[in-house]
Amino acid sequence: MSFLRRALRHKSFFIGGILVAMLILTAIGSFVWTPYPAAELDIPNKLRLPSAAHWLGTDSLGRDIVSLLIVGARNSIAVGVIAVGIGIAFGVALGLLAAARRGWVEEAVMRFADFTFAFPALLSAIMLTAIYGPGLVTSIVAIGIFNVPVFARITRAAANTVWSREFVLAARACGKGPLRITIEHVLPNIASILIVQATIQFAIAILAEAALSYLGLGTQPPQPSWGRMLNEAQQMLFSAPQLALYPGAAIALSVLGLNLMGDGLRDLLDPRLARQR
Amino acid sequence: MATLLVASLVIFIVLDILPGNAADMMLGESATLEAKQALSARLGLDRPPAQRYAAWLKGLASGELGDSLSYSVPVAQLIRERLQVTAPLALMAMLLTAGLALSLGIYAASRHNKLGDVGVMGMSQIGIAIPNFWFAIILIFVFAVKLQWFSAGGFPGWEDGFGEAFKALILPAVALAVVQAAILARITRSAVLDVLREDFVRTARAKGLSQRAVLWRHVLRNAFVPVLTVMGLQFANLLTGTIVVENVFSLPGLGRLIFQAIANRDVIVVRNVVMLLAAAVIVINFIVDVLYAVIDPRLKAHSA
Repeated sequence: MSFLRRALRHKSFFIGGILVAMLILTAIGSFVWTPYPAAELDIPNKLRLPSAAHWLGTDSLGRDIVSLLIVGARNSIAVGVIAVGIGIAFGVALGLLAAARRGWVEEAVMRFADFTFAFPALLSAIMLTAIYGPGLVTSIVAIGIFNVPVFARITRAAANTVWSREFVLAARACGKGPLRITIEHVLPNIASILIVQATIQFAIAILAEAALSYLGLGTQPPQPSWGRMLNEAQQMLFSAPQLALYPGAAIALSVLGLNLMGDGLRDLLDPRLARQR
Repeated sequence: MATLLVASLVIFIVLDILPGNAADMMLGESATLEAKQALSARLGLDRPPAQRYAAWLKGLASGELGDSLSYSVPVAQLIRERLQVTAPLALMAMLLTAGLALSLGIYAASRHNKLGDVGVMGMSQIGIAIPNFWFAIILIFVFAVKLQWFSAGGFPGWEDGFGEAFKALILPAVALAVVQAAILARITRSAVLDVLREDFVRTARAKGLSQRAVLWRHVLRNAFVPVLTVMGLQFANLLTGTIVVENVFSLPGLGRLIFQAIANRDVIVVRNVVMLLAAAVIVINFIVDVLYAVIDPRLKAHSA
């Protein structure tokens, strides 16, 4: 069966894929069209309930909820892509190096990875914010740093198993150096594991960014973000509880979609890794 | 121990050396030169970095952490006060996580591929996707705003009776635990399923033990190692989770403290609380490593 057909039959991949596609299309579409300009204040129409004019109503400053959510998707995706990119760029490089060199290099990389686990994204974000002040860049860097050891560990473990395979021995016999073997043999063989991990880390990054923005350490106004919308909604919990519903649901659906897609990809790309069902 | 030292060095470099002069940072751009010099002298910033680092380490060892800039009380005392909220909260959340996750995970494994299993796994997939602060807000809405069983936040303190203080921590602990438990339940389920496939389980069944007896006597002990590993890793999430959840419920714990310290640019507090949290994560993971050997003697033989 072709990959596409298998993918379409895989239930969790299919559902996850649809959710993720919706997220991405929404974010891209937001550049072209939103029902209202997301930052436009309309105080006389504040705290409206859902209606034909405002599908999900308006917030305490009269901004259109749908527009805020749509533009907020951009933010979540940007953070996810860049933070995971940082993690992959540094983490995969370190992991490959550790696997290719072994010895003290591997030991050093792994100690570093162990150690960085003591600083979860939020903690490093707090440290960085204490110096550079809150902001989108600070939170992206903090989440990115947190991703580095995750990818370093996974890459090393996966690369080590590839290095012990016979075709690597054959490649060495042909006179290929460690760098060429890493690029030509190791990397293609661990790519599927990395792709799966990337989707999962993407989901974690969205959650972390939302938490940071909720605390006021992430995206700053007037740039809309789901985390901060929740913060504003909490202050209105007694008068307009519906406001707390939408951004949380947007975060949860995005994360759910990415996780389902990650699970599905794991089954599809590497049947040996498929979890027992 | 070495890891703790490295951690303290990183924190020192990031929070003390990177920003240049901490006094400038704390007072902002508009401060007068005299004010900056006075603060620099008070913080000992006129000394070289190596000396400052040594002094901080000595302080960490002896518990003399200096005075907070914004509260003008010893940092050690501040941390002790705030721990009275954070430590019970983290403990309650951890116990709740373990209780929920183990029972759900074992239940799902014992009903493998039946309705109960599918239901639990579906719920946990949703649980993982829900941000804990959103769940906390929903809990506030349902139990504090609508049902009014709990207050929406705040903490009465332990002095005015155990009951009220405990009650104030219930919703935050639930908010923290449910999301963590969702992850842990999945791990528990797959760990139990893995062990159920082992030969010794079949032998135990063959010698006439009931399914239940096999589960309790043979499977759980063996399945506990991966579960414990994840619990150790989750502890870091739990601590950062408390920072967020304390802010949702405005509980006067460490999370709230560090957050206010950032707003006040109180680097001394930030530095020591971050160190404490990082140390807690490192120590817990060390304890987990030790516990492996206790639970599974085979691992001790392997590493020795």
